[in-house]
Amino acid sequence: MLKMKKFWVLIFVAVMALTLSACSKEGKETSNTTDFKVAVIHIGDPADGAGYTYAHDLGIVKMQEELGLSDEQIIRKNNVNDTDAVAITTAMEECIEEGADIIFGTSWGYMDTMEQLAAEHSEVIFSHCSGYKNNGSNMNNYFGRIYQARYLSGIAAGLKTQSNMIGYVAAMPIDNSEVTGGINAFALGVESVNPDAKVYVKVTNTWFDPTLEGQAAEALLDMGCDVITQHGDTTAPQMAAQARGVWGVGYNSDMTKDAPEAHLTAPIWNWGAYYTKATKEAMEGNWSNDNYFGGMDDGLIDLSPLSKNVAEGTEEAIEAARQRILDGYKIFEGELYDNQGNLVCAEGEALADADITGAMNWYYKTVEVK
Amino acid sequence: MIINFLFAAIKAGTPLLFGTTGEIMTEKSGNLNLGVEGMMFMGAFMGFFVGFHTGSLPLALLAAFIIGNFAALIYAFLTVTMMANQNVTGLTLTIFGIGFAKFFGEIMIRKAGGSPKLSPEFMITISEKPIPVLGEIPVIGKLIFSHNPLVYLSVLVAVICSIYIMKTRAGLNMRAVGENPAAADAAGIKVTRIKYLHIMLGGGICGLGGAYLSLINGGGVWNNSSVVNGQGWISVALVIFASWSPMKAIFGSLVFGAFSVLQFYAPKDIIHIPNAFYVMLPFLITTFVLIFASMRKSKTGSQPAGCGINYFREER
Repeated sequence: MLKMKKFWVLIFVAVMALTLSACSKEGKETSNTTDFKVAVIHIGDPADGAGYTYAHDLGIVKMQEELGLSDEQIIRKNNVNDTDAVAITTAMEECIEEGADIIFGTSWGYMDTMEQLAAEHSEVIFSHCSGYKNNGSNMNNYFGRIYQARYLSGIAAGLKTQSNMIGYVAAMPIDNSEVTGGINAFALGVESVNPDAKVYVKVTNTWFDPTLEGQAAEALLDMGCDVITQHGDTTAPQMAAQARGVWGVGYNSDMTKDAPEAHLTAPIWNWGAYYTKATKEAMEGNWSNDNYFGGMDDGLIDLSPLSKNVAEGTEEAIEAARQRILDGYKIFEGELYDNQGNLVCAEGEALADADITGAMNWYYKTVEVK
Repeated sequence: MIINFLFAAIKAGTPLLFGTTGEIMTEKSGNLNLGVEGMMFMGAFMGFFVGFHTGSLPLALLAAFIIGNFAALIYAFLTVTMMANQNVTGLTLTIFGIGFAKFFGEIMIRKAGGSPKLSPEFMITISEKPIPVLGEIPVIGKLIFSHNPLVYLSVLVAVICSIYIMKTRAGLNMRAVGENPAAADAAGIKVTRIKYLHIMLGGGICGLGGAYLSLINGGGVWNNSSVVNGQGWISVALVIFASWSPMKAIFGSLVFGAFSVLQFYAPKDIIHIPNAFYVMLPFLITTFVLIFASMRKSKTGSQPAGCGINYFREER
């Protein structure tokens, strides 16, 4: 019995000690409120080392370096489920309590909660990735023309293929215009250098599943495809291509480190370009709530360095196309036909960004869903 | 095309075969362990972790097997010794196993400073390559003799388990415990020891299935996300499909593997069915199997009578 008592006393002391240390920590944090603070809400964990959240956090780190902010000025909330409004609200209110002046929400599902909080906290700037809401004062959204880099990566694939069959592991079916727009831009890039090549699409219906993405890639390889590209978060399609001794084009981050014998290049996001711009403007007090839709011209979108596996002449072809885009080539310029034979963009016209990222639900004529 | 499809089906079916064989061993000794998903997750992590650090396939498999043993030991202690409800304990084990794998997986990622990746030598060991001579036979050579080593291991384990269950004295004792523990106890069979042994053995085999998922399907990269992704649950369903026979499980896992890759191989220009239908197929088939199994009522192909019920010696 005595032993039991001692045990409880120990537990009690431990709890008290913890409480005390927690108090002292809080005291230290609140003394820094005069400094400018940047908060970021991640759907995953930057420690994943690849993929979506990792790419966003690289952007935050880059912004921190460029603007010379200290670690205390960056607040990160990781693994915030974007379908759980309570978790989002808690995470963001914690940021506000810690003195955040600008909050970046990196996932689509944060949109509605951010809109509500923006109305309650007019002194804080809310910037939301990939959505469409803008409250006219302290909330905007940001995204970019990733299709420009998709087009360039299509050039690398089109020059490399021998069988003229290119496989595309797509996360979502035709009605998701983010994925479908990427496929079409890629197919246009392929066609610009290799009019005989076709793009074959297999849909996995998931953003992240190494098993399914690998199986879809293998099915495409079995059909005879010799370049595999993807819109999904795992490296499995690239690994499948490497195992068969053929080629691949990745996505999101440079996958050459994962599949050094297969990978050609990957369309990538440099979120740092936007984070630096927005934070700088907010610190200087001239932030405006205009939506940001960046492209290759301001460095938000890029192609990862070409690997040793690319075909001869790829670098020149991509540089020429990059220059064309910087000079104003819109990629989705008429006339364009979909794979059902319908005219989707007339001669002399070009599709608007809103249509490409929000309303594209047709496949280009060289694309075939398998 | 058909050969490619069947080849992919065998690959997709292998983790299911491990999971099913493991669960059959568990259920045959009278315990329904719904923790297959969790045990596979733990096996997936341990197999990858040891493979990543030692570069040795046998050690990786051994580690996956042992962590499966350990997970099943928790289950065995709770249900056999503490008499806890088997369904609830199994579900808890699933949740625990997923948490375990993700927790230590994240530590591994942080230590490695990015997604940990298996060495190229290790990838060659686990790659698909034709067996000399046999692999050159047309059709069959590609279909049966060109797989990665774990595919052969899964079939070997299933065959050994089948022989063990049907042909050996120890297997007979275990079936007796599964069908009627009271009678087995009266006949002098050590019920508790047999239950512990087979639950742990089953857990170890499930762990191997997890290792297959992280080593082969993960493409040699640990991602900390859903590597197992429901395969454990399909394995539990497959036990019923295979009517508690590891030999039938070989066929059953091939069928389920075929369903899971069918969406990528079906000629979409000829047969136009929405993708969701293909995803649903394995579960639809399980439903029909359950209906037929309940109508059939045969002696050999049904669930062990003592399965799912804890055995109190004092209530004999």
